[in-house]
Amino acid sequence: MKSYLGPLNRDNPILTQTLGVCSALAVTAQLKPAVVMALSVTVVCAISNLIISLIRNTIPPRVRIIVQLLVVSTLVIMVDQVLQATFYDVSKMLSVFVGLIITNCIIMGRLEGFALSHTPGASLVDGLMNGLGYGLVLVVVAIFRELLGSGTLWNHQLIPSSFYEAGYLNNGLMILPPMALILVGGLVWIQQGTRKSSEK
Amino acid sequence: MGLSQFSDKIRKNFEKGKPLHCFSSLFDAVDTFLLTPKTVTTTGSHIRDAVDLKRIMITVMIALCPALLFGLWDTGYQHYLALGQACSIWTCFSYGFLKWLPLVIVTYVSGLAVEVGFAQWRGKQVEEGFFVTGFLIPMIMPPDIPLWIVSVATIFSVVFAKEVFGGTGYNFLNPALMTRAFVFFAYPSVISGNSVWVSGSPEAITGATPLAQLMNGGEQTASFLNMFIGTIPGCIGETSKIAILIGAALLLFTQVASWRIMLSVIAGGFLTGSLFYGIGLCPINGWQHLLMGGFLFGAVFMATDPVTATHTQSGKYIYGLLIGILAIIIRVINKGYPEGMMLAILLMNIFAPLIDYCVIQIKIKKRKKNILLHKTQVFNNINKPK
Repeated sequence: MKSYLGPLNRDNPILTQTLGVCSALAVTAQLKPAVVMALSVTVVCAISNLIISLIRNTIPPRVRIIVQLLVVSTLVIMVDQVLQATFYDVSKMLSVFVGLIITNCIIMGRLEGFALSHTPGASLVDGLMNGLGYGLVLVVVAIFRELLGSGTLWNHQLIPSSFYEAGYLNNGLMILPPMALILVGGLVWIQQGTRKSSEK
Repeated sequence: MGLSQFSDKIRKNFEKGKPLHCFSSLFDAVDTFLLTPKTVTTTGSHIRDAVDLKRIMITVMIALCPALLFGLWDTGYQHYLALGQACSIWTCFSYGFLKWLPLVIVTYVSGLAVEVGFAQWRGKQVEEGFFVTGFLIPMIMPPDIPLWIVSVATIFSVVFAKEVFGGTGYNFLNPALMTRAFVFFAYPSVISGNSVWVSGSPEAITGATPLAQLMNGGEQTASFLNMFIGTIPGCIGETSKIAILIGAALLLFTQVASWRIMLSVIAGGFLTGSLFYGIGLCPINGWQHLLMGGFLFGAVFMATDPVTATHTQSGKYIYGLLIGILAIIIRVINKGYPEGMMLAILLMNIFAPLIDYCVIQIKIKKRKKNILLHKTQVFNNINKPK
């Protein structure tokens, strides 16, 4: 059980394995696209893990990467279509990054490292947890960036206008990708720091 | 009871396991600041020079004083000039002083709080590194900047430019410049534009710096003599070029700052400025560039920071030249950033270790060749038929 929860903290795909950082920097300026992105990656990761695990004994090892890519890109195209049909504005905002889920190292890594050698049930849970671990970091970073950078959360004004009258200003650096990198770095710092002390 | 006895008496309360242990770094810092440290070497010591970190820092602070004193007067002078009132030297100075004092207090309190916190967390002593940084930060800010922004920026830069990498001596970015860069990108409205440089000016009067006027293609109101003396709007410390040169002379005389870096920064800026003037990209020529904005202040006090600059002698020429060249390129070609000095120095701070690495590798290669040559000669001498 504990190994399934690993991706949320100890084996977090972004914080520990530093995979998928590019999309984490690009889509976290606001909370809404970050949540949508996190859900998309979770769905793709979980279902592709399940499918590959189901057919793992029939895939010839030589062409397994191509098979994995086919499965993942089919799923990504479906997710993209669903997003365009339901959340058109968010889909516009995410633009190319939904398509780029295909190249997200987390998904390929889980397929290669886990789904090819485990049963479908375990693979499904593993894919789900890795997607959620990725999503967790995205949401935390996005909350900081949107709240401090725009004063809003899920497009609702959270910082009262009396603050602005008293001289408060939104932090423009939070909107820029460099600050996302610093925030992810800060999370890595906190995670590694607390881990060390708990292992002692 | 004397101060020393009092310190000895309360010292044991800060030891490990005692109730006040969480303040031991703070106690240690105050104790070292006021008295001589209690820890002494037990074996033979290797003193080669009386100059230590503390003395270097104090020299830099003394060198900053002329620019600071002039800046305080100029802040008041610009204020009363904008209001159209006459004022004495003393009124101008006290106005500027009262603008500067809260800035400096906020900077030191927030910066030192972070430093003490980290020192306590790591179980180390507080280093003197922040004293110069905290002195520099108010000098590169506009006089009317909100205090909470200064505090946030200082905390950010001390944590992410310095403590993350291990504290004083391990930072590869200049923390004072990082503070300014943070404000510049996070709160651009308080540090750029025409209305921030004159303290307390009414909305209608804009006090653009000469550099901003030039970059926006506006009318030049200040003469180059004014820029040299420093009676122009600007950050508190950067306006007077004479005062900065006095500080530079002191730094060079005491050999605290590297003349190689200063010279090559100025040479790089002058040559690039002249080149742009020659091909008609910029209406002012090389030496006029040197008098504008924060170029000279950056060259004297920021680029020469011994921690973030290159350490090899020939590396210093490359580092300085590139700072000067980049600063003028950013200034002339990118209209969005009228002051290129800050970005140029920060960029070269990042490249400094690479420059050092290349210089050392080239030297090693050369010497290896010499050793091989020497070895073959010895070999030939031994095997010479007698």
